[in-house]
Amino acid sequence: MKITLNVWRQPASQAPGKLETYVLDGVGPDMSFLEMFDMLNEKLTLEGKEPVAFSHDCREGICGSCAMMINGQAHGPWKGAATCQLHMRAFKDGDIITVEPWRASPFPIVKDLVVNRGAFDRIIAAGGYISASTGGARDANEILIGKDVLDESMDAAACIGCGACVAACPNASASLFTGAKITHLGLLPQGQPEREKRALAMVEQMDLEGFGHCTLAGECQEACPKEISIDVIKRMNRDYLVASAKRQEPRATAGSG
Amino acid sequence: MLDLNSKTPSGPLEQKWDKHRFEMKLVNPANKRKHSVIVVGAGLAGASAAATMAELGYNVSCFVFHDSPRRAHSIAAQGGINAAKNYQNDGDSIKRLFYDTIKGGDFRAREANVYRLAQVSVNIIDQCVAQGVPFARDYGGLLANRSFGGAQVSRTFYARGQTGQQLLLGAYSALERQIGLKKVNMHTFEEMLELVVINGQARGIITRNLLTGKITSHAADAVVLATGGYGNVFYLSTNALYSNVTASWRAHKKGAAFANPCYTQIHPTCIPVHGDNQSKLTLMSESLRNDGRIWVPKQKGDKRAPAQIPESERDYYLERKYPSFGNLAPRDIASRAAKEACDDGRGVGPGGLGVYLDFADSIKRLGKQTISERYGNLFDMYQRITDENPYEQPMRIYPAVHYTMGGLWVDYNLMSTIPGLHVAGEANFSDHGANRLGASALMQGLADGYFVLPYTIGDYLASNKFDKVDTSHAEFRAAEEAVKNRQSQFLGMKGKRTVDSFHRELGKVMWEYCGMARDRAGLTKAIGLIQNLKEEYWQNLNVPGSAESLNQSLEKAGRVADFIELGELMCRDALHREESCGGHFRTEYQEEGEAKRNDDEFAYVAAWEYAGEGKDPILNKEPLEYENVKLSTRSYK
Repeated sequence: MKITLNVWRQPASQAPGKLETYVLDGVGPDMSFLEMFDMLNEKLTLEGKEPVAFSHDCREGICGSCAMMINGQAHGPWKGAATCQLHMRAFKDGDIITVEPWRASPFPIVKDLVVNRGAFDRIIAAGGYISASTGGARDANEILIGKDVLDESMDAAACIGCGACVAACPNASASLFTGAKITHLGLLPQGQPEREKRALAMVEQMDLEGFGHCTLAGECQEACPKEISIDVIKRMNRDYLVASAKRQEPRATAGSG
Repeated sequence: MLDLNSKTPSGPLEQKWDKHRFEMKLVNPANKRKHSVIVVGAGLAGASAAATMAELGYNVSCFVFHDSPRRAHSIAAQGGINAAKNYQNDGDSIKRLFYDTIKGGDFRAREANVYRLAQVSVNIIDQCVAQGVPFARDYGGLLANRSFGGAQVSRTFYARGQTGQQLLLGAYSALERQIGLKKVNMHTFEEMLELVVINGQARGIITRNLLTGKITSHAADAVVLATGGYGNVFYLSTNALYSNVTASWRAHKKGAAFANPCYTQIHPTCIPVHGDNQSKLTLMSESLRNDGRIWVPKQKGDKRAPAQIPESERDYYLERKYPSFGNLAPRDIASRAAKEACDDGRGVGPGGLGVYLDFADSIKRLGKQTISERYGNLFDMYQRITDENPYEQPMRIYPAVHYTMGGLWVDYNLMSTIPGLHVAGEANFSDHGANRLGASALMQGLADGYFVLPYTIGDYLASNKFDKVDTSHAEFRAAEEAVKNRQSQFLGMKGKRTVDSFHRELGKVMWEYCGMARDRAGLTKAIGLIQNLKEEYWQNLNVPGSAESLNQSLEKAGRVADFIELGELMCRDALHREESCGGHFRTEYQEEGEAKRNDDEFAYVAAWEYAGEGKDPILNKEPLEYENVKLSTRSYK
């Protein structure tokens, strides 16, 4: 196949960027989308040009590194797949493909197609965990969790933190990402003690990072490579609302012994 | 020669770890924050170690080259994690997990380490559940288990086909909690390029910021490498593309012995290679062998579609050769059997390099719904890559490089031959001998990080004196210079070949001569080929761009340079080990097609010492003493 690529090139965060056009011949239908980029980069290197910087690692749709806006769709045309899982058989000879980075101000562009998603880590650090220091756990089977609850929790826990939800959202909201973690932990018995505190802290951090608000456009669940449902956002909103209403100052813990 | 004292505690096997925990020195809580520890890597081992040490009060800095600690390759582990919980009441015990692991490793691992691993396995599951890891459960709410290769009990805990992801996200959330509490200083986009050793102690590292190119020194009282395995030396493997040996290799060149580099795990169930542009191989979890049956046609060159081949003309070779373990024979054995069938001209698919993994019987027995619940995501993954529907026709699979049992040598405390340099997870050589059983990598990574290192580091810190060292020390300056010089060399060559072209060539040599079957002539040839490749690499490499910004070609150039040197060491190790054991199969040493060990001469750990540029590495031996298990021929028949 012969493919024409329009690729966003931007040398650095603050530098201006633009789309460059490359024509690639001999692309096979069994190649993955990123293998096509490998091919392009080998070609550019041998021509003495700088290859396109892009994020990738596991190439099996689980590490969440890859992040390409392909013809305006986050991760491209295949539903429930990350960029690295997309194969060239999704395209045909003579196609023109435009590839851009995620665009959202909390994800600054580093170079070409690479963005910095550190904001997601900070949302997790704010409260996306169960405080269970190593060593204090009781026997795993002493906690009973029904299969239905467990399955629903696992559906939300499948999030790979790629940021497609933010890139696809007209408001650059991180609600699907944040809601998924709140749902994963909030459904489990182990997650109850911190449930409200978690929702408050994570939502506040999300706002602080500059992500937009959710207007239930639903683009996020369409783009999500793990097909996480926007139901997780309802749960986030409910937990946040309850927590806001009951908000109280933490009590001092020292001096009791 | 190196001192390879394993520091294994005396006393009965069952009591060694308890006894050691009591005998180790403690650091008083108020003094813990005065000690700094560097952790490189945030996969299962690194993230769990960093989080746990921070909880204890140490001053922890953690470094990853990814944009986030959640991206480490542990995330890709699919099938599960072993633990001797005996929740299924099928006769499991700590001792059985210990024995299965020692036997699975073909009697080439240290007894005491493996026993400890089996002991703490039960704590790992408790810890993970407390963190919110959504392991699969039955309708009654109790934890579910599945079976894995090399075991006759069901002891594998799992979260769909994403167990590694869920365990890593558990460890990552514990780490992020400590980052939020300002107890861990997290450095993302920072790649370790040099280890700094001062007065014989590991005292810091040099990193390059991948975004800005800035070279920085970091000092500490102890350093932990949790930087994963080196399977990408083969270019094509199931490893993530960034996985590399550089941190371990830099430490090796500073004095850390590299143990058993030739022990490589070739996983039997991967999607076969489809073309020259392929960048990686995709694993189909071993758990599929619970319900899938492996077969090839009995007739050589049988080109009929699988459905056209009647039952009587199929060879279910694992069930035939190993009736008691059947399709759940250990990985090394299953891989070799697949190679044998293909070498015999009975392979299927393009190039005849594939065997069938067939779910037709299970779908008939359990229904499509149940199979989809168990393996749906793997089936989808398979279909995306191959464009074939595994519900309707059997999967085609072929062995691929998956894991490396070798790694930096460590003692019982997980400390390398450099005092203060500790090594955890796949980066060390410790627990799997010559072959790792399925679902044991996740167990080892978390055992090291949650339950071993946090104790043994304390003992090291409490038992040693530390000169006040900061990054102004001359050794840091010298190491920074070395890093910068190497970069300038890469960028200055302006040769004709890309990094990838060298990496591909190295991979082909390694796969051909140091892969599933090895022999003297091939290994000798490979050493020559790799030496020539190294010479050309340092003359004819083309690395575009500059050192002062994000430059993925420059990053790869350093990693491939180290892979080339490691590749040579692997071949040397494979050449010297004149026996077959586990993943190391020397065609000269076999009996009726099965690996033939030589316990009289080779029951030792081969720990290689770096002797300097252009000099042959020095072989050191740690004898393996078995007090509790009887060395026997490994049989799965």
